[in-house]
Amino acid sequence: MDTVSMILAAAVRSGTPILYATLGEILTEKVGILNLGLEGIMLMGAFSGFVVSLTSGNPWIGFAAAFIVGCLMGLIHAFLCISLNGNQVVCGLALTMFGTGLSSLLGRNYFGVAIQGLQNWNIPILSDIPIIGQVIFSQDALVYLSYILVAVMFFFLNSTRPGLNLRAVGDNPHAADAMGLPVVRIKYLYTVVGAGIVAVGGAYMSIVYNKFWAETMTAGRGWIAVAMVIFAIWNPIQAALGAYLFGGIEALQLRLQATGTSVPMAILLAMPYVITLFVLVVISIRKGNGIKAGAPASLGVPFYREERD
Amino acid sequence: MPLVEMKRITKRFSGVVANSNVDFSVEYGEVHALLGENGAGKSTLMNILYGLYHPDSGEIYIDGVKRVFRSPSDAILSGVGMVHQHFMLVETQTVWENMILGMKMPFVLPKKQIIKKIAELSEKYNLKVNPLSNVWQLSIGEQQRAAVLQMLYRNAKVLILDEPTAVLTPQESKELFVTIRNMTALGHSVIFISHKMNEVMNETDRVTVLRKGETAGTVNTKSPDTSQELLSEMMMGRKVSFDINKPKRDLGKVVFDVNSICASNDRGGAALKNISFRIRKSEIFGVAGVAGNGQLELCEAIYGLRVAVSGYVKINEKDLTNASARALMDCGVHYIPADRRSTGMVTALDVKSNSILTDYWIPPISSGNSINWKEAGNQAKSIIEQFNVSTPSVNTAVKNLSGGNLQKLMLGRELSNSPEVLIVMHPTWGLDVSATRYIRERIISASETGTAVLLISEDIEELLALSDRLAIIFKGEFMGIIADPKSMPIEKIGLMMAGTHISEVL
Repeated sequence: MDTVSMILAAAVRSGTPILYATLGEILTEKVGILNLGLEGIMLMGAFSGFVVSLTSGNPWIGFAAAFIVGCLMGLIHAFLCISLNGNQVVCGLALTMFGTGLSSLLGRNYFGVAIQGLQNWNIPILSDIPIIGQVIFSQDALVYLSYILVAVMFFFLNSTRPGLNLRAVGDNPHAADAMGLPVVRIKYLYTVVGAGIVAVGGAYMSIVYNKFWAETMTAGRGWIAVAMVIFAIWNPIQAALGAYLFGGIEALQLRLQATGTSVPMAILLAMPYVITLFVLVVISIRKGNGIKAGAPASLGVPFYREERD
Repeated sequence: MPLVEMKRITKRFSGVVANSNVDFSVEYGEVHALLGENGAGKSTLMNILYGLYHPDSGEIYIDGVKRVFRSPSDAILSGVGMVHQHFMLVETQTVWENMILGMKMPFVLPKKQIIKKIAELSEKYNLKVNPLSNVWQLSIGEQQRAAVLQMLYRNAKVLILDEPTAVLTPQESKELFVTIRNMTALGHSVIFISHKMNEVMNETDRVTVLRKGETAGTVNTKSPDTSQELLSEMMMGRKVSFDINKPKRDLGKVVFDVNSICASNDRGGAALKNISFRIRKSEIFGVAGVAGNGQLELCEAIYGLRVAVSGYVKINEKDLTNASARALMDCGVHYIPADRRSTGMVTALDVKSNSILTDYWIPPISSGNSINWKEAGNQAKSIIEQFNVSTPSVNTAVKNLSGGNLQKLMLGRELSNSPEVLIVMHPTWGLDVSATRYIRERIISASETGTAVLLISEDIEELLALSDRLAIIFKGEFMGIIADPKSMPIEKIGLMMAGTHISEVL
């Protein structure tokens, strides 16, 4: 494998946790709920996925556990924001702190333990294609699953009945309500499932990427995913491009560290976050053109039916 | 047996009675008007029939069968459809997607079939709209047609239209009434919510009048005893004269000079194209137009709330282009925005604080670095007294005032500074008849004392009653300025509102 292919393959791998988190958040935001708890949900996913993989010896059961834990975290958010009409920003931040703290507390005894995790599985024939085969088709099953998820989500959102309903609820819940859609139920569903997908992204960190558990190991990837949703204009395909771009920056950064450049390490480590800020600035400047097409109009706004002045 | 029968419907919102023992019925194939002032409970009653609100007590029968609607989907299944005043369309989606929203459909949407059915319905009811357009790209009239189609697509037998003509030009209204007659000819019934007497008289078969949440009666519009006077008496419980007296005034020198103003809208497109006008002392200058044609941007651009990219604004010869709102206020320009609850007032604050918002930096309200609250209280009391604001005290939060009292308070606040120029947008929007009349009279009396008034409204009757001259705005451009609005036939004004230049109309 040549250097370029290696860096690109590493880009896909390190972009994958961000991709899962972004896809989950797109689903939640498309239904009008802003969930800023990604970091906490990812950490809970990383922790629970690791522990269950370790004890069961099966990484797939680990991922399933992470998904369920994520769903439970999403359920907390849904209950606070949809049933109690709480402030979505505050609830999300609380969820981040809760997840960060709880995963650190419960994970104290698991630090330093390594697991087998999920191994690479080269897809026959496809992985023999030069460069592309090594970059895209010589990965692990969770990466392949993320490709499928991107395509499925794109089709689901744009061409199916439940996808249409989801978008309608996120854009104009009052119209959706007047057309007889169960607005509250739909909001709950995607807030919960979205958080589950986010947690899978976290579990990827501990089960595949590092194969160990460390507290706050997601290191801000949840926040990068929040920015990535805007970068992707709520489009799953653009989310994949964005996630791999960031994965690429991180892979490059690791590579530079390994080759021993004179650039201080702190600057290299900060690079993905600096780029995130830069991307947000760029998006804000061109706001108005692209954003309107994808942004759910009622994002962050609580829904009351019998509202009166 | 009537198609729809609502019996003894009662509905309260946090203690306030919106409907009290209301009876209402609709026959097959009729156009039935529901008439009443704002706050009389028309929309509440219809939202109950459509399943959006749940009545505290009372029964609903459709085709003689008792129904309980837990949500709009129950109502739709029983053949009740509603087109709200603010259309229940998802703006970012296409027309065809909106059509089938919430309906039973295959998992993957059969787009071709849906579009075919829309085309058939469009043909049958003569409702033209492109199914592939995004809703936000449609004109208001087209959006309304889409909203009506949406209900017909669901096989609605009875269609509720909530103030459908409020957003239309006179021509579009006419087309709508043709469509309504088409629908009744094809066996549908139509419930028509309105507070416009002439429409009710000309276009409907029967009318039920609501007053303060109760049924004031149901009459046949075609019966010889029914008249506009009778209906308005039923609506208000007393006789009210609609004529407003505007004395002749001498117009003075030009006070307000706006020249070739251009500005962008929030999306970066052109909102205003070379708007020019001059208003003289004591003159009321009206601007008519269908909602969303640049009226708000015009107010904002001349009041320092939006950048005017070219042109100038002069007050008494002084250039105040892109000056701050504070600078304009200091030069005697005051603005009463349309959105009184979010732009005009800080609704969480009390009456006293709100009544000094536009002069708290000027003595005697300002004293040194602090506010003289005693003086503020006196100012609030004097506004309340002079402008008949009904409020429990000056310490009541403004959000608890009714729309009419809020508007009187705001008008009082701005007029107490005896402005040189008053910019006022939709001053009577959503107000009841007596408050409307009061506000209009105060605007006229302000002009008598020398204030130059820029009146922006969507209410043609209001503009004709008040304006000395009338400009028509369409897509950010003046289609012309009418020197004597009263002598202009309303159809011609309607044509200008739809984008015809004055030179082609005359």
